[in-house]
Amino acid sequence: MLPFSYTIFPLGDSALTIDFGNHMNEAVNECVLQLFHRLQNTSPFIRDVIPAYASLTVYYDVLALRKKNASAFEAAKALLQPLLKTEDYKKQNERKHHRIPVCYAERFAPDLTELASVKNIPVGEVIALHTNKDYRIYMLGFLPGFAYMGKVDDRIAMPRKAQPRTTVPAGSVGIAGEQTGIYPLPSPGGWNLIGRTPVTLFDAGKEDSVLFQPGDAVSFYSISEDEFENYPKRHP
Amino acid sequence: MSLKIIRSGILDTVQDNGRWGYQHLGINPGGSMDRFSASLANALLGKEATAPVIELHFPAAEILFTAPCVICLTGADFLPTLNGTSVPLHQPLFVGANSVLEFKTPKSGARCYLALLNEWRLNKWLNSYSTHTKVLAGGYKGRRLLKGDEIELEPVALPQIREERFSLLPWHYHPLTSDSKEVEFIVGNEWNRLTTKSQTDFLNQTFRMTAAADRMGYRLQGEVLQTTKAESLLSSAVGFGTIQLLPSGQLIVLMADHQTTGGYPRIGHVISAHLPKLAQQRPGDEIKFTLTTLEEAEEKLTEQLRFLKQTQSLCQERMDAYRKAPLHR
Repeated sequence: MLPFSYTIFPLGDSALTIDFGNHMNEAVNECVLQLFHRLQNTSPFIRDVIPAYASLTVYYDVLALRKKNASAFEAAKALLQPLLKTEDYKKQNERKHHRIPVCYAERFAPDLTELASVKNIPVGEVIALHTNKDYRIYMLGFLPGFAYMGKVDDRIAMPRKAQPRTTVPAGSVGIAGEQTGIYPLPSPGGWNLIGRTPVTLFDAGKEDSVLFQPGDAVSFYSISEDEFENYPKRHP
Repeated sequence: MSLKIIRSGILDTVQDNGRWGYQHLGINPGGSMDRFSASLANALLGKEATAPVIELHFPAAEILFTAPCVICLTGADFLPTLNGTSVPLHQPLFVGANSVLEFKTPKSGARCYLALLNEWRLNKWLNSYSTHTKVLAGGYKGRRLLKGDEIELEPVALPQIREERFSLLPWHYHPLTSDSKEVEFIVGNEWNRLTTKSQTDFLNQTFRMTAAADRMGYRLQGEVLQTTKAESLLSSAVGFGTIQLLPSGQLIVLMADHQTTGGYPRIGHVISAHLPKLAQQRPGDEIKFTLTTLEEAEEKLTEQLRFLKQTQSLCQERMDAYRKAPLHR
């Protein structure tokens, strides 16, 4: 049995979602990611597996799974049953730790001063609080290589901006609620921008296009503008 | 030999049935908007549904074929011509060397598909030909086709055909035309968040497609819908056809280039079998959502996919026979 209760619902007619509720919780997410890893390459009828904060979505091949008297949805659920019944959910997966340099200089951090003033702490302390923690990558989504990380210290947690920017430069580091994240590509976005990393998070030309994997750990360290400019343009 | 773009269209990209297996990295499947028409274009040539196509929007590109090809057009009717002569959709065409394909008027639909019997000399990115314009990868240089672009093709052996003109191959598909604006959907996980009145409104009203309708999603205009609770949702997976309720009370239907995850309430999901129809709607068109069951949705999708498979194997036989003795058929 899984250590957490869940429901399974159809996400349209070609996918199902195993849903563990609406809470950002490390143990729940660990359970999601263990299921995710177990599901990789288990069946030719599974087309995609998408872990999120507290849910796992499985796309399946309707034509192959549908039988005269049983829907593909039921057949897909049956495929998952052995995994959902397994006992062994205590072991942690191997997690890679990434140390990511961030330049918090004003020109890369258009929302840093405002965040500091709203939270009533000095800018230096925002940076200290942001760099003092190991974050968990709960999931990737939104854009190729965009990692949702958490949780940030309460003292720097801030809701996303009411009016999203039309363009956020690649490498921008932001805060949205308890989450922190990095834009791997230029994109519209509503997160509070507090710095920028020179690290390339997404490179379509590489075998492994995406630097991060769900479940990895990330910590940030502060660099100067000079170090930012001279940072070699490749994965760390 | 090649296919050459001699005038740019507004948005013409190489697509296939999508890039599967990478959504956990935030890489969305993309692929053709109207999967049925795209697969049908290949099926009528006897080719697998996984083969690439060019998805054309109007105004569409002007395309030169430098050597003999066999092509098939499906989907939207933009009144195609070959060297100035009208040619039909849904029927394979032999095209002589130095022929020019043009599209005159957007008569119906939004997206036209061009498939080729010739193999394409293109590299896949992450196992798919689909163009991912956001990361500039896949398809042709990861972007829409522009004047001067040239896609290399493998020659096809078709003896006995006079090369200077085009000819129709002797089989075609009769499209089922319908003016119905009904699009079937199944309820989403957050359907019950809608107030009873909003559920009724959703089912009874027609929605208008706004100008904000592209490969990522269609924003709809209708009665403002309300929810009973305002609790925000953690991000989780969304899909092609997911109907999301925006904070404004308006709806967006996610289309082929949708994000992998989202946090807006999922009111419903357009059934896969009706996505092709939705993909051919244009801004200003009206849509009415009709509730159906998962069972029905699966049945309709299965029927559609079986039909495409049967068409493909039938046409493959006919193509083989035709290639042996084209003039006698």
